[in-house]
Amino acid sequence: MKRRSFIRHVGHSLAAPGILGAMGFRSPGSKTLSDLLRMATDTDRVLVMIYLEGGNDGLNTVVPLDQLSALNKVRPHVILPDERLHFLANSQSALHPSLDGLQSLYNENRLQVVQNVGYPEQNYSHFRSTDIWMSGSDSNELINSGWSGRYLSDQFPGYPDDFPNDSFTDPLSVELGYGSSLLFQGPQSSMSMVISDPNFFYELVDNEEREVPDTLAGDKLKYIRIIEKQSQQYGQVVKAAAEKVKSQADYPQTFLAQQLKIVSRLIAGGLRTPMYLVRLGGFDTHDAQVESSDHTTGEHAELLTELNDGIMAFMKDLEQQGTEDRVVGMTFSEFGRRIVSNASLGTDHGAAAPMFFFGNSVKGGVTGTNPIISSSASYDDNLEMEFDFRQAYASILQQWLGANESESQSALFNDFEQIALIGDSTEVLSSPQLTSNELFVYPNPVADYSTIKMAPTKEEVRLDVMDMQGRRVETLYQGEITKPHEIKWNTTFLQKGRYFVILTGNQTNRVFSVVK
Amino acid sequence: MKTKDYHPENYQDLLAKYRKVKAKVLEVEGFDSTSRQNIAAGLEPYAGEWGKLHQAHLLKRTMFGVTTSDLQAIAGLSMDAAVDSLLIKGVAPDPPVNDYNDSADGIIDPEIEFGETWILSAHGGDFEGPRTISLKNWLVKNFINQSTSLEEKMIFFWHNLLPIQTWDVFYSKLCYQYFDMLRMNCFGNFKTLIRELTLNPAMLLYLNGTFNNKEAPDENYGRELQELFCIGKGPDAGFTESDVQAAARILTGWVIDWSKFYDSGELNVFFYPPYHDESTKEFSSFYGNKQIEGKSGDAGAEELDELLDMIFSNDETALYICRRLYKFFVYNDITSETEQNIIVPLAQTFRSGGYEIKPVLEQLLKSAHFHDSANHGALIKNPSEFLIGLWRTFGMGIESEDLNLLSDQHSSILWQMANMGLEVGDPPSVSGWPAYYQEPSFDKYWITTDTVTNRALLGDSMVYWGYWINSDLQIPADFIAFLKTLENAADPNLMLEEISLLLLGIQLDTTSMNNLKAILLSGQQTDSYWTIAWNQMLENPGDTEYEMVVLNRLRPTFQHLLQLGEAQLM
Repeated sequence: MKRRSFIRHVGHSLAAPGILGAMGFRSPGSKTLSDLLRMATDTDRVLVMIYLEGGNDGLNTVVPLDQLSALNKVRPHVILPDERLHFLANSQSALHPSLDGLQSLYNENRLQVVQNVGYPEQNYSHFRSTDIWMSGSDSNELINSGWSGRYLSDQFPGYPDDFPNDSFTDPLSVELGYGSSLLFQGPQSSMSMVISDPNFFYELVDNEEREVPDTLAGDKLKYIRIIEKQSQQYGQVVKAAAEKVKSQADYPQTFLAQQLKIVSRLIAGGLRTPMYLVRLGGFDTHDAQVESSDHTTGEHAELLTELNDGIMAFMKDLEQQGTEDRVVGMTFSEFGRRIVSNASLGTDHGAAAPMFFFGNSVKGGVTGTNPIISSSASYDDNLEMEFDFRQAYASILQQWLGANESESQSALFNDFEQIALIGDSTEVLSSPQLTSNELFVYPNPVADYSTIKMAPTKEEVRLDVMDMQGRRVETLYQGEITKPHEIKWNTTFLQKGRYFVILTGNQTNRVFSVVK
Repeated sequence: MKTKDYHPENYQDLLAKYRKVKAKVLEVEGFDSTSRQNIAAGLEPYAGEWGKLHQAHLLKRTMFGVTTSDLQAIAGLSMDAAVDSLLIKGVAPDPPVNDYNDSADGIIDPEIEFGETWILSAHGGDFEGPRTISLKNWLVKNFINQSTSLEEKMIFFWHNLLPIQTWDVFYSKLCYQYFDMLRMNCFGNFKTLIRELTLNPAMLLYLNGTFNNKEAPDENYGRELQELFCIGKGPDAGFTESDVQAAARILTGWVIDWSKFYDSGELNVFFYPPYHDESTKEFSSFYGNKQIEGKSGDAGAEELDELLDMIFSNDETALYICRRLYKFFVYNDITSETEQNIIVPLAQTFRSGGYEIKPVLEQLLKSAHFHDSANHGALIKNPSEFLIGLWRTFGMGIESEDLNLLSDQHSSILWQMANMGLEVGDPPSVSGWPAYYQEPSFDKYWITTDTVTNRALLGDSMVYWGYWINSDLQIPADFIAFLKTLENAADPNLMLEEISLLLLGIQLDTTSMNNLKAILLSGQQTDSYWTIAWNQMLENPGDTEYEMVVLNRLRPTFQHLLQLGEAQLM
């Protein structure tokens, strides 16, 4: 069952077109009135943020298919073979070959891509840009607290002195990976419980001891750690929550997956903690981003595989735990990478990049337009931002976490136009035309030659090109397609304008729109 | 603030107060202590590696935390010269002053001008409260301002071993004199120190010596002189109850002269023959059945020296003090091998040197045993070693002429240490702090769920929102200034090693070190990003953006570092 508790939102969070219809006023199911009232002030929704440390290469993560020829020219060292990409239906974009799971989420409307997110006056320092993303400041503004920390501090006044208390026993936020981040730094104190190493979590939950040196000092250290564990303010609630979860789906043995596994366990165990931060490091791919022999392998491919597999295991586990409707995930990175690639098979620090939002409750699809790549791009050129990163924050705060406009404004210092992120994703992509890879044309707009990809059909079909008036321009193929099939389409003689590529049979109707 | 009216007879009521309360034995589920490994190295002079780790070990044990300048002070010295330099006494600090007048609160000491010392003044009545705090603030200040010397730590050692409780004495000028006496004798002669302690007015009040007379003998001091101060409770400490009584009778007649109480407030100690028990005092076989002949008139005063001679001729005295020094400076458990290899020969040095303290400290602190790496990090920092240690290491503190503000600063440290179990000037009992005597837990007493949380919050406050001085002033550590004192601030690996050396008791394993570096680098994997950020900050002085970039890396790093268990060790 999809849980909807939008009562608090309906009055005010509908600035972005399209959300109203998608949200609907669906019955919240079997919830009683008191449940609804409780939810009105305390949603049990969770935001899980995945920080991709180092600056993720957006152009190789979400590939703009209509820019392939320019991309081939300006980033030859890292360009991905287009036949290996995962196409995103109803878009001109495709995902990196490692992101097959995310493609399936996309097809189920459980993944949303927001293109070209960044901020004006890009700062190319990792540290500074990380601080900007975490603090939610302008590029030229120095802010010592995080946007999440400010939001939580407003929501839970009196923290930390008056917490935990009877009405809120749980950590306000949990972050895994390292130490405490700027993200959860409130105006006064950090609002997060830090689990700096996944192993510490299991020490807490399973009463395991970390190994100490076999020395006099080690003996004292062991004692101190036991007391520290007992004194961990939220140790007992976290332990109790973890103990409620007896089994979890399988997770890969990777750093990210193991963090997500803990997050899922805490959510399922009933923690009311609304925000989590996990980390995946290593995206600073100045060189060796790809292997020269095969661009679909290399450091970036490994990282995206870890991301993909981690998210997929997490989503599966959420379903197993029955928490899948309560959780939305979000990826962010301090910047994207440079358009022009390096001869060392990598890319330098860049600017805008896509963000992923995933979960049963996201609206889905691709938001925003493909970046325009000039085939004469020079080293200093960068991707322009289409969405300010704080638009994404404002949207998630208001559409998902139940913040009202002024709460969002106070966390972000300003009013940002929202992006429609949360939608009714019970509908499967309702397009009459396509699901991904069933019919796909690229590059698009078409140049002299394009490639048409077709998934197998169960019957004899015909592939036609039609113009906007519905006139058949040419027939490119006829017969049954028994295995994935590609044909080259010579468009040299096609006049400029918009066309449909249509695959039809008795039970087949696939349409793809192209532009020349 | 505790205030009470002063009446000499009040002290009679305190008779029952000094019972030695046995501290609760700590039982912690899941903790079983490993048995002590024997350290083969003995008292022979240390001749091994003399690098930063060993230098830091020496400083951590002999000072309240380590600063980079402490390390620099001994960096060029041999081990021998380094220990010698620590044993040099500094210039005595200026006495405590009236830093408590507060016209807003209507607290104005009528006797003492703001900024003037009260140590020459008569008893302050209600102002003994503020003056006592002023004294404690002064002790804190001296700890903070210590030079690279063992002096302040040694004063603390004696204060713990030979304590008074200033709130009970409640006569700040006498308490000041007590601490001054400890300072004068801290590296001097132990027998002299005990003699001065016996006739110290604060001690005569604290353990009721001044009320000890032949009509109503008070055994309190006579007991502690043996049980806590000189002989101890070791397996061979065979003094008897009658020895306690005999000692008490010898000490009858030593009283306080109250005649100047309302005048200068100076309380002189003198021998008053009519109070003295003139009978002969017979001691047990533990003291070789020694008899001290009772003397009449002024000659009765001489019995004190005979008593001390007797106590100091007993082997246990040197053994006991050497064990206490060992537990304080090296490790709190003494195996039979340690007893034989370290304590016995050290006690021999003590005795043959006529109870001079310095040769014993020298021998211990220069020994191969002390410097053996097996002893590194094996003690838990007491609250002053933790808090004043951080304060000194980070170079915290306000520069101000405003005495009220300075008083707030030192009081805040005083009370925070008190919250964590160590209120300087007031150990919980005449036995001192349990961490130094209560087997088998010893220094583990410092660490409870409460105190460890307190320690974490104090660290956090220095890192983030500022250490609380008063409601208007909270001061964070200046990490940039601190890092500038390091040798290798720009290199993330070396920098983290340097700060670990200063702040942690043992060095981190590779995993923990990498984790720390990951925090510093915000998850980046390129070391030079830190170097660039640091150098940019240096090259652009006053540019807050570059400073903030550096600080936003350092804050979580220091927060994490200070919350490591290793940060509680020294």
